[in-house]
Amino acid sequence: MSDRSGFSLAPTRQLRRRKLINLFAEIVMLTAALAAIAVLVAVIVAVVQRGHGALTKDFFTKPPSTNFLTGASGGGIANSIAGTIVIVACATVIALPIGILVAVYTSEFAHGWVRRVLAFVLDVVNGIPSIVIGIFIFGIYVLSHQQSAFAAGLALSIIMLPLVARSTQEVLALVPTTLREASFAMGVSRWRTVVGLIIPASFGGILTGGTLAIARAAGETAPLLFTSSLTTNEVSWNPHVALQSIPLTIFQDLEAPDPALHEQAWGAALVLLTFVLVVSVLSKAWLARNRRKLSR
Amino acid sequence: MNENTIDTVAPIEVATKQSVPTTHKETVFDVRQVAIFYGSTVAVKDVNLEIYRNQVTALIGPSGCGKSTFIRCLNRMNDLIPGAHLEGEILYHGQNMYGSGVDPASVRRWIGMVFQKPNPFPKSIYDNIAWGPKMLGMRKDMDERVERALTQAALWDEVKDRLKRSALALSGGQQQRLCIARCLAVEPEVILLDEPASALDPISTSSIEDLIHELKRDYTIVIVTHNMQQAARVADMTAFFSLDVHEDGSRNGILVEYDVTQKIFTQPADPRTEGYVTGRFG
Repeated sequence: MSDRSGFSLAPTRQLRRRKLINLFAEIVMLTAALAAIAVLVAVIVAVVQRGHGALTKDFFTKPPSTNFLTGASGGGIANSIAGTIVIVACATVIALPIGILVAVYTSEFAHGWVRRVLAFVLDVVNGIPSIVIGIFIFGIYVLSHQQSAFAAGLALSIIMLPLVARSTQEVLALVPTTLREASFAMGVSRWRTVVGLIIPASFGGILTGGTLAIARAAGETAPLLFTSSLTTNEVSWNPHVALQSIPLTIFQDLEAPDPALHEQAWGAALVLLTFVLVVSVLSKAWLARNRRKLSR
Repeated sequence: MNENTIDTVAPIEVATKQSVPTTHKETVFDVRQVAIFYGSTVAVKDVNLEIYRNQVTALIGPSGCGKSTFIRCLNRMNDLIPGAHLEGEILYHGQNMYGSGVDPASVRRWIGMVFQKPNPFPKSIYDNIAWGPKMLGMRKDMDERVERALTQAALWDEVKDRLKRSALALSGGQQQRLCIARCLAVEPEVILLDEPASALDPISTSSIEDLIHELKRDYTIVIVTHNMQQAARVADMTAFFSLDVHEDGSRNGILVEYDVTQKIFTQPADPRTEGYVTGRFG
């Protein structure tokens, strides 16, 4: 034991150096993380500051108006809110069932290369620029019919489809294989297992993915430019005509030379931002609940 | 040195009364020259055995010897693994289970399985039992069916007051008995148990073993186990699987010996079996 006389538990010089480097690296990473949060906070603060003044009761209940004598702009964005709801509803009705079916097929039925090809195709569709989707629908639908909320919904559904399918696949992958085995071992067929066990077990998560896709679609602007932009100020719920929408209102109001319209644009931006934030937070909470249900 | 350790290994106690009638044994599975492949790799081969009605048949052997692979072939669970296939024949009551025109789902409907880790559905205790029968169209008298299955699995008294609660809140041992009850609820003929107690504590393990003794009256049971004492305690027949290592380093499982449990543990015919059951790997 005598050879341990020089033994000490105090840090060596090299260890002190490592600890310093470690501290430095941690600070750098923390700064990066804080920067990401700062961006979100800055956007929220900027939009709230400039937009909150516009939020009156009229803003939500009245369409935009122009004073006949003075030419001053007023009113609200009721027509845009109604339009966005109709357009996004059209998109959801199309994209949600198809997206879920695609995901169920790829995750539960397809094998080998079919599965890989489908996953790749979904990723490619997800990467198509939204303006391209806009002119695509313009070319194949609007030219032969007319601009309408339905046409805009069609365009947005192409954006939502891969989002819904991919998120559904992720949720289905959370369902343990052992549950499928337990069902198969009783002689239950594959499709009954999927419909009666797998989908109910992941239902909350599937809806969460759908809701996030809705939030994403509600803010898209480019696909609406060619599909639902020649609009009136009337509040309408008719999907067969072109309807004004919140993102387009923001775009058009900010281009106008009228400061009152600028304020309206910020107000509209605040409405959109609030919608997206609330939906994101709620659906994340929902997903967490679903995950606990499966794992406990 | 090595010889000494072998001498100190306690002999395994075998249940004294073996209920193997030498005559009138009805064959449920007739396994003929079966080899199982994953892709082009042989997992286990040269399996020939008959599994008898209302008997407990144990499959024992070292890790990787293919006993789990083999039991999963007895209800075509391996069909779910891409690339897995089987050569040879498995006759179930004389019918080729892997013949053309046989639907794996209808095979599994009669041959249930309980897995290594308890895998209850994320549903209530009641729905865990009722779901399978419902899916198979056995909707009549569901409450009685659920009670009967839970009683058979020796779980009824523990859960009868909380049937609507989540099955995931049960203890591991209770969950495993729930999985057995779930399997019984669709009235199978055979129950395959793939190391059903390996994730459980000794007390839960012993309750599962008691249960196996009870269930033998009504069902044919095949059990894979790592635990030789367990095989000796519960099984009438025992199959010993081992690893066959070739000169090129490749290895595959083989069936070494299949006999009455008492014989396997007290006077095995094959030296490899003797090596394994006495604690020396051969």
